[in-house]
Amino acid sequence: MAKLPKKEELLQYEYKVPATDWMDTPVEFKPGTYCYGAKGKNLEVVDFPNARDWSPTDEDWKLPEDWKGTVLEGMADRLSKYRSFRLFMDICVRCGACADKCHFYLGSGDPKNMPVLRAELLRSVYRRYNTTSGKLLGRLAGARDLTEDVIKEWWYYFYQCTECRRCSVYCPYGIDQAEITMMGRELLNLLGLNTDWISGPVANCYMKGNHVGLEPQTIISNIEFMLDDIETITGKRIEPRFNRKGAEILFVAPSGDLFAEPGIYTCMGYLMLFEQLGLDYTMSTYASEGGNFGFFTSNEMAKRLNAKIYAEAKRLGVKWILGGECGHMWRVVNQYMDTWNGPADFLEVPVSPITGTKFTSAASTKMVHITEFTADLIYHNKIKLDPSRNDHLRVTFHDSCNTARGMGLMEEPRYIISKVCNNFYEMPEETIREKTLCCGSGAGLNAGENMELRLRGGFPRANAVKYVQEKHGVNVLANICAIDRAAFPALMDYWVPGVQVMGVHELLGNALVMDGEIERTMDLRMQPLPGKGAAKDV
Amino acid sequence: MKIWSPLLAVLALVIIAWLGVGVLHWTTLFGIVIPYAAFAVLVAGIIYRVVKWAKSPVPFRIPTTCGQQKSLPWIKHDKVENPSSTWGVVGRMALEILLFRSLFRNTQTEKREDRLGFGSAKWLWFGSLLFHWSMLIIVLRHLRYFLYPVPALVQGLEKLDGFLQIGVPVLYLTDVFVVVGLTYLFLRRVVIPQVKYISLAADYFPLFLLLGIATSGILMRYGFKVDIASVKDFAMSLAALNPQVIEIGTIFYIHLFLVSSLAAYFPWSKLMHAGGIFMTPTRNLANNSRVVRHINPWNYEVKTHTYAEYEDEYRDKMRKVGLPLEKE
Repeated sequence: MAKLPKKEELLQYEYKVPATDWMDTPVEFKPGTYCYGAKGKNLEVVDFPNARDWSPTDEDWKLPEDWKGTVLEGMADRLSKYRSFRLFMDICVRCGACADKCHFYLGSGDPKNMPVLRAELLRSVYRRYNTTSGKLLGRLAGARDLTEDVIKEWWYYFYQCTECRRCSVYCPYGIDQAEITMMGRELLNLLGLNTDWISGPVANCYMKGNHVGLEPQTIISNIEFMLDDIETITGKRIEPRFNRKGAEILFVAPSGDLFAEPGIYTCMGYLMLFEQLGLDYTMSTYASEGGNFGFFTSNEMAKRLNAKIYAEAKRLGVKWILGGECGHMWRVVNQYMDTWNGPADFLEVPVSPITGTKFTSAASTKMVHITEFTADLIYHNKIKLDPSRNDHLRVTFHDSCNTARGMGLMEEPRYIISKVCNNFYEMPEETIREKTLCCGSGAGLNAGENMELRLRGGFPRANAVKYVQEKHGVNVLANICAIDRAAFPALMDYWVPGVQVMGVHELLGNALVMDGEIERTMDLRMQPLPGKGAAKDV
Repeated sequence: MKIWSPLLAVLALVIIAWLGVGVLHWTTLFGIVIPYAAFAVLVAGIIYRVVKWAKSPVPFRIPTTCGQQKSLPWIKHDKVENPSSTWGVVGRMALEILLFRSLFRNTQTEKREDRLGFGSAKWLWFGSLLFHWSMLIIVLRHLRYFLYPVPALVQGLEKLDGFLQIGVPVLYLTDVFVVVGLTYLFLRRVVIPQVKYISLAADYFPLFLLLGIATSGILMRYGFKVDIASVKDFAMSLAALNPQVIEIGTIFYIHLFLVSSLAAYFPWSKLMHAGGIFMTPTRNLANNSRVVRHINPWNYEVKTHTYAEYEDEYRDKMRKVGLPLEKE
C-alpha cells in the first residue's frame, strides 16, 4: 500500500482544467489511485476470457487478439440490449450540471471524473464507430479511434466511479453514469480487464458463497465468537441454526457483517433481535452473501451470483426472505433480482409473524429489508427499547447511495434511529437522502492499494460529517451498508478522527431490552456504558 | 476550432441563402424544395431515431429514486419523486419536461482550503427554462401564418406575449427572452472553464443556428419589415401543398433557410434530447419492481454454482460443524 499523503497535500487541488484538450491529455496511473489487476486464476473460476496475471503498470496489457473487434462488437450488442445505454450515448447536451456532483471530482479536481467527461470517454468511441457524423467528421464531432491507450483510460476511470448515481439525480435527462460505467466495465471484462479487488470476491462468492471467502465452518466459528460476546454482554446464550429446512424466514446478510469489525456488531444486533422475537429463521452458508460484486463486473456475473438466494430459499422451503443492511445488495434486490432469477412463486408474500403486517411492497420479490421489518416492529410496540444506553453516542446518518437512489429507503432507518438513541443530528440537506454523498469506496473500490483515491472520494462525505461533529459533537456515523462499515473507519480516522462507524442494528442491539438479560454495563463493542451499572462507580 | 467552425458554418448558411435568393433568385429551390425536404427529413428523422431507441428494450427497472419509497403504510411515500404508479410517473415526467425539475436541484460546490460548501445554483435552470418556453411560444405564434382563421389560442398567446405594447410593431417579450436565453447558454459555455472543456462543436452549432434564426426573424419584424400578408400567403400555400413562390425579400429566405437547416439537422443531433427525455428509463418507470416482476426480454439461463456442488466440496467440513446435509 502506498504511503498516505498528508491531508494538506491531498487537498492541494483546485477545480481547474488542463491547458490541453481532454483527448490530448494522456491518462497517468498515479500510485494510490488504482487497484491491482485481476489475477488469472480468479477469472478462470468463473470462465472469464483472457485470464492471465497482469498489472496496470505493465506497458503491454496482453490484450487478446482482435481485442478491438471484441470491444466494438460488445458495444453494438449492448446498444441493442439496453435502451439506457443507447439513449445515454445520444442525448447528453453537455450542460455540465453533473460536473460537480461526483465525489471523485469534488475530491480530486480531475476533470475526467466529471460524470459528463467520464461518459465522453466512451461516447467518443461510440460516435466514431456508430454515428455518421463521427465517421465523417472525426474529432470535430467529438469522435476518436479506439486504441490501447483508450482502453487504459477506460480502465482507470471506470474503476474510479462508484456507480453511486448522484449525477443522475441532477441530470435533466436522468443520464446515469452508473449505467455507462457498468457498460464500460462489461466491455473491459471481455478483454479480461478487471481489478483484483473485484474479481477475487467474485470468485470467492461463486465457489464459497460469499465475497470474503468464508467456508461453512468459518462462518459458524465467526458467529460463535459473536455469540460469546453477546453472552458476556447480555448474559444470554443464543443458538442460531444454519441451513435449516422448514424455517419460516431465510435471513441473508452481506458477508462483511460475518467477517470483521465493525460489521460484526451489526450482525450481533440482528441475532439479538431475532432471539428476542423468537423468530423462526435460518441463515445459509451457501447463500451467505447479500452483496454482489458480480454487479461491478457484468450483468451476467451478477445474475450468476444472485441466483443462490432464491435457489437456497427454494431448497430450504422457507416462506420469505429477510435481507440485512447492505447498499448495493438492495439496489440489486430492488431493481434486478426478480427480473434475473424470479419469479419467486415458491415463496409467499412476506408477513411479519410478530405484527401480522403484510409487506405488500415486496409482493413479488418476497424479500424484505431489515429496517422495514424492524421499523414495523417498533411502530407496533413489539420490542422494548432503552435508548439511554446509546446516550454516550451522538449520531448522524449516512444514506447509502444505492438504498437512497436505487430504492428510496430513507425513512425506515431514521425511524429506528429516532427510537433507539436520543442524540441524532442530520448532516446538511445537500448531502443526505437522494443527494447523499458516496463513501467513495463502493462498486468494488474498497481495496487498500487505492487508498488515496478512496480518501479523495470520501472527502466530501467526511466534510459533511466534520460539519456535524463541530456543530453537534457527533461521534457516530450510522449507516445501513456493509461497504460503508468496511470503508468509513479508515476515512473517518483520516478526515474526522473521533467518529465511529455503526450499523443501525448495532444501535438497536444496544438499546434492545431482552427478556431475562443481565443489567447491561457495556455496549456491543464491550465498551463500558457511562452511568450504567458498574460504570457508575467509576 | 470547436467554436469557430460552427460559427463559420452558420455564417456560410446565411451567405448561401443570400447568394441563392438575393443574387441568383433561386426562390423555388429555397422557398419550396428545401423547406419541404427539410420538413420531411425532420419528421422521418425523428421517427427513425425514436424507433431506433425503442428497439432497444429496457431490461431492468432502474428509476433513479429521489424520494421516499412506498413501503409501510404509516411512512409518507413521495409519490412523485419516487413513483409507484403510472400516475406518479406522469407527474414526475410532467415536472421534468415542463419545469426541468432535476435542473432545479442544481447546486454549486466551492472548495475553500479544507472545506467544501454547497450553494444554490439556479441560473442554468432559469436560463434553460427561459429559452425553451420562449421557443415554444414563438413556434406556436408562427402557426398564425399557416392557419386561417387564426386559432384563438394563438391569438391569445400573441396578445400575452406583446402585452407591454412597446413600439410598432408591438415588441414580443419572447423575442427578447429567446435571445437572452441563447446568449446566456452560449456565454456560460465559454466563460465557465469546466463547461468549455467538455463542449463540442455540436454544442455551439445549434446555439449559433438558433441565434441566427432569432436574429433574422427579429430583423424581419422590426428592421426590414417584410410584408406580413405576403408571408402568410406563401406559408398558407406551403401548408396547402400548393406552393406559390412570392417575392418577399432576401431576409425572409435567409430566415427560412436557417429554419430548414435546423429542421434537417435536428434529428441527427443532441437536440434529440427533446425526444429522448420521454424515454429515459431512470425517470419514466415506476419504482415497483419488488411488487410487480419486470420482464427482461433477453433474459437467459446462466451457469451457477449449485448447492449440490457446494455440498460436495465442503461436505466433510460441514459435517464437522454439525450443518445439515442433503447427502450423508
